[in-house]
Amino acid sequence: MGETPHRSADAGTGGTRVTESHEWPAGASARVAEAPVSTRTPGGTGLGGGGALPRARAFGAERAFRGLTLAAGTAVLVIIAAIAVFLVAKAVPALRADTANFWTYEGWSPNEAQPKFGIGTLAFGTVLSAALGLLIAVPVALGIALYLSHYAPRRVGTTLGFLIDLLAAVPSVVFGLWGREIFINPVRDFSVWLNKYFSWIPLFGGEGPFGKSILLGALVLAIMVLPIVTSLSREVFLQTPTANEEAALALGATRWEMIRTAVLPYGRPGIIAAVMLGLGRALGETIALAMTLGITFGISFNLIQNGGNTIAANIANAFGEANETGRGALIASGLVLFAITLIVNITARVIIYRRREFTESAA
Amino acid sequence: MTTTVTSHRPRPATTPDTLRTKRLPRYAAPAIALAALLVAAAVVLGAGIGNWVLVVVLGALLYLIGLYLAAKAVEGARSARNRTWSALIHSAFVLAVLPLASVVWTLLSKGVERLDGDFFLTSMNNIGARDANGGAYHAIIGTLEQVGIATLITVPLGILCAVYIVEYGRGKFAFAIRFFVDVMTGIPSIVSGLFVLAFWVLIVSPWFNDGRPSFSGFAAALALSVLMLPTVVRSTEEMLRLVPAPLREGAYALGVPKWKTILRVVLPTALPGIVTGVMLAIARAAGETAPVLLVAGGGAAINFNPFENNQSSLSLFVYQQAGDASRFSPARAWTAALTLVALVLILTIAAKLLARRNRLGR
Repeated sequence: MGETPHRSADAGTGGTRVTESHEWPAGASARVAEAPVSTRTPGGTGLGGGGALPRARAFGAERAFRGLTLAAGTAVLVIIAAIAVFLVAKAVPALRADTANFWTYEGWSPNEAQPKFGIGTLAFGTVLSAALGLLIAVPVALGIALYLSHYAPRRVGTTLGFLIDLLAAVPSVVFGLWGREIFINPVRDFSVWLNKYFSWIPLFGGEGPFGKSILLGALVLAIMVLPIVTSLSREVFLQTPTANEEAALALGATRWEMIRTAVLPYGRPGIIAAVMLGLGRALGETIALAMTLGITFGISFNLIQNGGNTIAANIANAFGEANETGRGALIASGLVLFAITLIVNITARVIIYRRREFTESAA
Repeated sequence: MTTTVTSHRPRPATTPDTLRTKRLPRYAAPAIALAALLVAAAVVLGAGIGNWVLVVVLGALLYLIGLYLAAKAVEGARSARNRTWSALIHSAFVLAVLPLASVVWTLLSKGVERLDGDFFLTSMNNIGARDANGGAYHAIIGTLEQVGIATLITVPLGILCAVYIVEYGRGKFAFAIRFFVDVMTGIPSIVSGLFVLAFWVLIVSPWFNDGRPSFSGFAAALALSVLMLPTVVRSTEEMLRLVPAPLREGAYALGVPKWKTILRVVLPTALPGIVTGVMLAIARAAGETAPVLLVAGGGAAINFNPFENNQSSLSLFVYQQAGDASRFSPARAWTAALTLVALVLILTIAAKLLARRNRLGR
């Protein structure tokens, strides 16, 4: 009890230390603050509490910061526009030099003296492999998502969901390497088997060799898309209101009937968004397909023979030996890919935005 | 006395027989599975149309049909449908785990073959087709520099963009930015590579390089930042929206200007979430191959300067070694793939753990 009462007494009476730092006593500050307000607005019309606030300056920190963020926001629009502009700028000279029809010619030899190249086969291969990959991946992914959200014990579901999220982060080049060195063997055996018993179906016909085929590419693609679609739709399924699920169960629904009547309808926009995003990734996938497809040019529905090509895989494969026209031709094909993915993505986003309540979960 | 007597008597069923459903016995499902496998084995191996894989596939199909029929006979159609879908969902899970487990197993078993000091301390300079040594030092340098520069570009831009969307943007313009950030998420990596090729390598870089286009690690960083930007913006935006409004209002009430509120109150509160998003974006960028292939060109020698000459990266190294004719290159490719996956997964796991500790978490 030596110093404390002394200090508190000092503070209570407004000791010398406090008043020293101010030019005037504390009570005077209110009157001083009022003075500039009345001089600033001589008319005095509508003088409220807000009048005491400092006026917005033309070049203050607030304006500068706001302008900075606005510039950053605009940069996004500028980048998207710049992608289109620069791709067009480099593609047009090559398209002028193309002596064949860009849309229909089946082949890619832009490095010759008479450049000939066409996008038709590549676009066909891109759409075919992506569609096939999604056809395989989506039912399985939805099955896993339902298993993780509604069948597995909670702890198991959380752990496995975490693992699936990790798998979505594995780089595509790793899947490509695995597909090229390991997965090709069972797929080749399977293709030979399919060809032996089902060669009467045009999809599985042909004389071989088998292996580096659209089937291998689509399967690798499916395995890559699987974690993305799974983790997105799992999150949507988990958000189903418990009241809806319990109401269905209380009415005597079996577990599957509960899922069909409560979970799936609630999650439909989220599922569509997940599938579209998976499609966007499948269309743009480059390296895994460049490593697993047997690069050929030609439109064929044969799934198991060596062959198949996509826009992106062709860019990765043909870039090394491309001359100036060759680069322009590849950029032109990239422009087509950009347009395709842009349409798919915008469609997906419009679907999501139409149901705004799902926006946060599905993005 | 009477009460004790009645309590010893077997209690009568509380529900009449007509309301209780008959259930398949517990041993029914394994029994049907065994029978289905036996039938499938007999058919497939007897007719000689396939090996054990076909036996399993056919057995699974027969099991589904058998289970449906048995359940329908005993428990009714609704319960049968429930059992079939349940079996399908479980089998979807098994079906997906097989290839993913195979990826992980091959990665580990083949990756350890070249996991030695030599791999991390040497480059591929002067390594011919018959040399068993050689390593990924140059590729690791390339990956770190490119991803580092891309992060330096992306993080300020992405955070400012998210601040505009959440704090300042109103009306159609802000909506357009938000919409196109979402659309940008779906831009294929190869397109971003082509964009930087057309813009930086072919048009801008000749100015610095005596009129000849030049590959560089910086160009790769530009392409990667185009890919990272939407991820950073989206995650930052979501985190900023989670910052409680009373925090902002408290700052405003104390007379703090808006920009200072954002810098000193809102951003620090949302920081852990923003860091998580940035780390996920880095993990994605580190795994990208196509843009690096197009604009950094790859190379065998160590190049510390990201602004001049070719650079490689880990993912590009994997791609090039996988396509190489040398019989030693697959081992190098697998070890590089293992290194890359380890790098990406460490980043991802750290990001997720950080997100779990986040106070603003959903």
